[in-house]
Amino acid sequence: MKAEGTMIKTEELQINIGPQHPSTHGVFRMLVTVDGETIVDLKPVFGYLHRNHEQIAEVNTYLQNMPYTDRLDYFNSMANNQAYAMAVEKLAEIEVPERAEYIRVIMVELTRILNHASALGFLINDMGAWQTPLAFGMREREKILDLFESTSGARLMCNYFRFGGVVRDLPPDFVPRLQSLLTGLPTFIDEFERMLRENEILRIRSEGIGVLPKEVAISYSVTGPVLRGSGIPYDIRKAEPYSIYDRFDFDVPIGTVGDVYDRFLVRIEEMRQSKRILEQALKQLPDAEGGHINPKARQNIRPPVGDAYTRIESPKGELGFYLVSDGGQTPYRYKVRAPSFINLTPLSDMCRGYKVADVVVILGSIDIVMGEVDR
Amino acid sequence: MPLITPDDLRKQLGADLPGAVASVHPVVEGLPAFLETGDLLIEADFLPRVAVYVRDVLGYTYLSDIVAVDYLDYQLFELVYRFYHLEGGRDLVIKVRVPRDNPSVPSLTPFWPGADLNEREAFDLFGITFTGHPYLKRIYMWDELDGHPMRKDFPKQGDKYLGDES
Repeated sequence: MKAEGTMIKTEELQINIGPQHPSTHGVFRMLVTVDGETIVDLKPVFGYLHRNHEQIAEVNTYLQNMPYTDRLDYFNSMANNQAYAMAVEKLAEIEVPERAEYIRVIMVELTRILNHASALGFLINDMGAWQTPLAFGMREREKILDLFESTSGARLMCNYFRFGGVVRDLPPDFVPRLQSLLTGLPTFIDEFERMLRENEILRIRSEGIGVLPKEVAISYSVTGPVLRGSGIPYDIRKAEPYSIYDRFDFDVPIGTVGDVYDRFLVRIEEMRQSKRILEQALKQLPDAEGGHINPKARQNIRPPVGDAYTRIESPKGELGFYLVSDGGQTPYRYKVRAPSFINLTPLSDMCRGYKVADVVVILGSIDIVMGEVDR
Repeated sequence: MPLITPDDLRKQLGADLPGAVASVHPVVEGLPAFLETGDLLIEADFLPRVAVYVRDVLGYTYLSDIVAVDYLDYQLFELVYRFYHLEGGRDLVIKVRVPRDNPSVPSLTPFWPGADLNEREAFDLFGITFTGHPYLKRIYMWDELDGHPMRKDFPKQGDKYLGDES
């Protein structure tokens, strides 16, 4: 090729990142147009894990769907359970005893710590700090999974919630075990934060990368830590309190710039806030009235005709279930408003103008899970 | 928090955007109990104007969700749009009903990029066309698929593809 003057003639090139790629956290493909190393355009392509979850749910009874919700976001089965149980409870007007609400909050806040610990571990992994930081996150996750196992019988697919409460009460040694876990937690969180704040390479890789300005974030409907990283203090636990979240004192951390670094810090701080909620919940738990489940609540239900939508602040963002009942045993329509699915919308905007190596980091900072994106 | 009830919104829209509120539903005469709703029904053609009104005048800046529901017995598709205030509070729901044969709704994506993936999902699984969408392609299923799997009359057991037509 003959160079014209001093400029070298360049050409845009279309390449695939994924679907089989270790950094895509599942089977996810990005159709990338690059100019040298710079991203010109990016189109996410997915559906490789699609199993028409929503139609399966229309065939199953309401209770049969509960274990299926575990498989949506397989890191946070407890949070999925809560969102679904709340939607059915709203539809069928089932009351939940106070004690059950406390158990639910404890489980979901533990899930949040678990999710953020592993998500941040994976994020640092994507930046090239191979395995060691991830092992730190996973070590903490294992402790929480042990607690889940002692309570629900399963580590990942917990299937713990029922309409009107949870399936069984906490085991006798749960509270002391949780307390000792909470005692060790600040050390872990501080250590994790130090790893990023004091590491120049990680800061160069994350500061000013994948910037999502405030207004853009709102128009793209993103939720969760991504939205808060862009500086909008929107947390459903505060904005539209559900369950018993109005009884707890906690802060909503926000970022300033909206880059990968901010999203990282927001997640770190959210773990601290979850710990605060857990401590308050443990303090209030002995005084809570009622049992672990509403004894009048039937599980094999036929809710009255109508529709209901409930949402929770899952660790990844707004997780909502929309149910339409025709009065039968199975839902007429069942729709999951999955946070990672919607959070993928601004991906091409966030990546444009950055380098190929940044795409992996930006994707990691959104924290997607394909079980939920593809449904 | 300036939250608005469906009834107030109905009155306001009647004054500001005459013709937007759908009074009768488009296909079936007389409303079956199943289709009764307390939420606001909008004429499909007015949807972008109503959505922009809800965002710019009422301040509901966050479009959370778009759901399509197939009412096969009544030959209807219903689309449920859910808006939120970023200061908090409950949702504002707008519903659009379109006839089941050749369903078409104006797209919100040019005004609200967050509608993009939800509209593509409804297009893929229900076959609803969103006019004005910049990239209306299938999102989950493969491009060659004939039919829309979330429709109530789609064969459930895959018999269509196993060669069993019964």
